[in-house]
Amino acid sequence: MTGNAYDFSIITKNIDQYLVLHWGPSMAATLELVLVGVLYLLIYALVGLLLVYAERRICAFIQCRLGPNRVGPQGIFQTIADFIKLLLKENIRIERADKLLFFIAPFIIIVGSFLAFGTLPFAKGLHALDPDIGLFFIMAATSLGVIGILLAGWSSNSKYSLIGAMRSGAQIVSYELSVGLAMVTMVILTGTLQLSEIIEMQRDGWFIFKGHIPALIAFVILLIAGTAETNRGPFDLAEAESELTAGFHTEYSGIKFAFFFLAEYMNMFVLAAVATTLFLGGWMPLHLGNLQAFNQIMDFIPPLVWFLVKVFAVIYIIMLFKWTYPRLRIDQLLSLEWKYLLPINLFNLILMSVIVLLGLHF
Amino acid sequence: MTFSEYISGIFRGLQSLLKGMRVTNHYFFNPREIVTQKYPENRAQLQMFERFKGEVIMPHNEKNEHRCTGCGICEISCPNGSIEVITQTIVTEDGKRKKILDKHIYHLSMCTFCGLCVKNCPSNALDFGQEFEHAVFDRSKLTKVLNKEGSTLMKEVE
Ligand code: SF4
Ligand code: SF4
Repeated sequence: MTGNAYDFSIITKNIDQYLVLHWGPSMAATLELVLVGVLYLLIYALVGLLLVYAERRICAFIQCRLGPNRVGPQGIFQTIADFIKLLLKENIRIERADKLLFFIAPFIIIVGSFLAFGTLPFAKGLHALDPDIGLFFIMAATSLGVIGILLAGWSSNSKYSLIGAMRSGAQIVSYELSVGLAMVTMVILTGTLQLSEIIEMQRDGWFIFKGHIPALIAFVILLIAGTAETNRGPFDLAEAESELTAGFHTEYSGIKFAFFFLAEYMNMFVLAAVATTLFLGGWMPLHLGNLQAFNQIMDFIPPLVWFLVKVFAVIYIIMLFKWTYPRLRIDQLLSLEWKYLLPINLFNLILMSVIVLLGLHF
Repeated sequence: MTFSEYISGIFRGLQSLLKGMRVTNHYFFNPREIVTQKYPENRAQLQMFERFKGEVIMPHNEKNEHRCTGCGICEISCPNGSIEVITQTIVTEDGKRKKILDKHIYHLSMCTFCGLCVKNCPSNALDFGQEFEHAVFDRSKLTKVLNKEGSTLMKEVE
């Protein structure tokens, strides 16, 4: 199989052996931890900035505008300039806020999305963590975010923040259900929670094709519910600019505001990556039946590129959601979940179980 | 709500949602539809719209004649006193005393571009110009005399 030409585990193993040889196992382990941590932090920040830029350009194009186009060629350095500006800005201390909770809320949010980010399989052998409960871990890590949001809303001692946080609490608690069930639907098909294994099973065809209609429905539901869970439009009630100023992060300024901002975009990235892993074959190249030549060419493209292309395609869809639809009211939001997504999801779950039990899938 | 209504509602909803996404998707992949202009670069070709209100001007024809009779109606109708009309009285050849315009002073710094002066002028002497780069280093430069040096009243207006 030519797909192994791009196996990153060989490289990482070599680096590991080299470090162990020179510094001994315990020192090497520490060094690796630091290396991986710094690398992931860098990638995390860079991807976040890139996503903010992409969103601004995409929404501008959709609205027949140009968007940022002055800082650097095509404005690609705009978000970096914004980030520097945010770093230099004053961190306003809120007089009667709950100081400790106010301080740690943004960190909880960013830690949640960072943990989930760590488990993403970027390519074969290119992931920091690969626990056998990978999907479950991601679910758990991303749910940390809601604690951060609630804390931020509560500790700011501001009505806007509190209302925003409460809305987002109601929203995430209900949509978490749909995200979970959509994932469970796929877990029934795969029989494993480990992300690398799920991808390995899609070598001969992506699950969105292999899983018949239930996989397609689960994909759509995961996108909708995931968008709601990341607090993005049209489900951005928690920060509804027009009514709540900025919702739960009204009182935050400077770098802490940047944390919330970055976490929102990275949560979107994680969601897109999970959707890609579960349905679009992760970093697996596209293979069409028995067209040998075509498959060979597809194999030639590195898996990392495949992964990123798919993820950005999904992100584009999520961004289209935001810039196409008006914001939902809170009752519409809840009825969409409890009256539509949840029943469809449960039905879908049964359908998938039947298909798997009867062995109707490929 | 019956069950079939529920199901058909879902499909109708999906259909209309997809329709909306098709529109935005179309705009994304057709950058030709973008209406934003890159301003300082296109200064040479920049065409403002006819109804654009850049500043109040007094059009003069090629013989350096304007249409202002100096009646002062614009000064009265301006809600924030941006216009001062200074007249002078002259004696015409046939011995009649006549009031003519001396200076039509316009304070761009106070004007709100409401258009009342342009609309109310009985002889259509005022108009909106398209110039919009008004930045100057001295506030006094924003006070302008609209009638040009040595200009006279058009014959047909009298
Ligand atoms: S446009 Fe309005 S504010 Fe400006 S000079 Fe005329 S009447 Fe006054
Ligand atoms: S501009 Fe028009 S309204 Fe104003 S003084 Fe002249 S003729 Fe009268």
